[in-house]
Amino acid sequence: MHDPLVIGGTTLSSRLFIGTGKYSRNTLIPEVINRSGSQVITVALRRVDLTGGEENIMKHIPSHMTLLPNTSGARTAEEAVRIARLARAAGLGNWVKIEVINDQKYLLPDNLETIRATEILAAEGFVVLPYMSPDLSAAIRLRDAGAAAVMPLGAPIGTNRGLRTKELIRILIEEVNLPIIVDAGIGRPSEAAEAMEMGAAAVLLNTAIATARDPLGMAEAFRDAISAGRKAYLAGLGPVEEVAAASSPLTGFLS
Amino acid sequence: MSFYETLGRLEQYPYVQLWKEYTSDDVRRALSKDRLDEADLLALLSPAADPLLENIAQKAQQLTRAHFGHAMQLFTPMYLADFCVNHCTYCSFSSIYDFPRKKLSLDEVRREAENIAATGLRHILILTGESRKDNPVSYIKDCVEVLREYFSSISIEINPLATAEYQELLEAGVDGLTLYQEVYHQETYKELHVKGPKRNYRNRLDAPERGCQAGFRSVNIGALLGMHDWRQEAFLSAMHARYLQDRYPDCEISLSTPRFRPYLGEFNPECDVSDRSLVQIILAYRLFLPRSGITLSTREPAALRDHLIHLGITKMSAGVSTEVGGHTLEGGTPQFEISDSRSVQEITEMLYVNSFQPVFKDWDILVEPAPTPT
Repeated sequence: MHDPLVIGGTTLSSRLFIGTGKYSRNTLIPEVINRSGSQVITVALRRVDLTGGEENIMKHIPSHMTLLPNTSGARTAEEAVRIARLARAAGLGNWVKIEVINDQKYLLPDNLETIRATEILAAEGFVVLPYMSPDLSAAIRLRDAGAAAVMPLGAPIGTNRGLRTKELIRILIEEVNLPIIVDAGIGRPSEAAEAMEMGAAAVLLNTAIATARDPLGMAEAFRDAISAGRKAYLAGLGPVEEVAAASSPLTGFLS
Repeated sequence: MSFYETLGRLEQYPYVQLWKEYTSDDVRRALSKDRLDEADLLALLSPAADPLLENIAQKAQQLTRAHFGHAMQLFTPMYLADFCVNHCTYCSFSSIYDFPRKKLSLDEVRREAENIAATGLRHILILTGESRKDNPVSYIKDCVEVLREYFSSISIEINPLATAEYQELLEAGVDGLTLYQEVYHQETYKELHVKGPKRNYRNRLDAPERGCQAGFRSVNIGALLGMHDWRQEAFLSAMHARYLQDRYPDCEISLSTPRFRPYLGEFNPECDVSDRSLVQIILAYRLFLPRSGITLSTREPAALRDHLIHLGITKMSAGVSTEVGGHTLEGGTPQFEISDSRSVQEITEMLYVNSFQPVFKDWDILVEPAPTPT
């Protein structure tokens, strides 16, 4: 089935975006990429040692991957913009995932600062993918500011709590004419499949794979779940009925 | 408003009685909750928690994995100067000790920086004794200017400053503040801090909040464990952290758990903190503040550090010297004796063996360098 996802002019066949944090060793990353089939990988610029230190994470990311540097650590739009520019200057490409977080307890994004950063960076030619709290007005403003996709959270980062914001994400999928990439909170392959069945364009995951007992097996499980969910969405889910549809209806005699 | 007001209320608690009243049911209740309150924290620190330590450890490990994964941030302290105007009964830098005091020149700071950076570390904590005359803010700023070339994050552990002074250092490129209250119990604090500006309890207690107001990205606090009843000190430390976290959500508040170590003098602290007690404190911190960093220093022996990394620790020092210029010069006076003298390379290997990834860099200083005078 040819069903590409096009973001910022790049055509992707995989709808699973992965992260690089929380692994027990960076050497796991190439194998996670391989088993997950992912083509997009997000990396926190704050963790990238641009002086090329021994533990430089970039050494472990194969060149065929689309890099999605993120502005993790930014508290303001200005900081996010500065980090994005640093990433591009360092040769990490022109994609950027905006993360502006002022709340260190729950790590919930600041949508207003995220919109400001998106406006600035999209105007500078970045392919901007903002991480956001699922709010319709904010998502529309992000779209109008030039975002290439929007990335609402399913649950707070790192919690593995699943699609807690399902209803709000459903509204974004219906109302915002941009790819909706569910980012953060998904802990189980079944939840990723559910997001894809709803019509999400892709899913971004890190903790669920990185903290699994067998990260490679989990990477593969997510690959399959996302593929299954997408196929189900394209196939069109059957209608959900409130009461059983009897094969011999009680009112059949009326026709 | 200051934590001092909250402290006034917390100090009224009948701690001796409280520690007896908590039961294993209270501990189990705390274990089952997502957001713990004051009573849950007291339960986790009470003797009733001791038989349930393994259950608490399991939850602490699970929370740490979820929020921090298998990553362990590494840093090292750099001692810039040991001049000090205080007389504190537990510290080698106390003004009563007669030894040749040192303060690094900017060239020496650069050599230290080169040696530390060569180990791969990109996070540094700079320390001085407490002397505004010998180590003024201007000296710290000059050092930071040199260090910025080598490190991507610079924290300070120096005498408490005013908010405007913290802002000056922030603008110079400092992004983190470490300041230990040492002792939260006010009477004991007065006894241990015999002379000097450090006797001003309130000035020290409010300094981390001034750091938050100034805009530091991270503020690390803690009590020097052993100076007073450890349960009470740990309780007040965690409540202080929660107070700051609630009011300054943009600042990463973390806790350290330093235990008293031998030093130049002969003072022996009043309260013994066993390894088991230390574990109980770390676990209580993790459950009470699930996303907060917990820092472990080389005060603890290597074997114990290797176990504690599984229980909630997220940041540890490596390749440590507590002497001024200890990475290049010889013959200094250590502030205290360390227990884990392993190199950065050895700590890195230990982390890998334990399925942890050492993180050498976790932030970049985003402040623009000051323009060069023309």
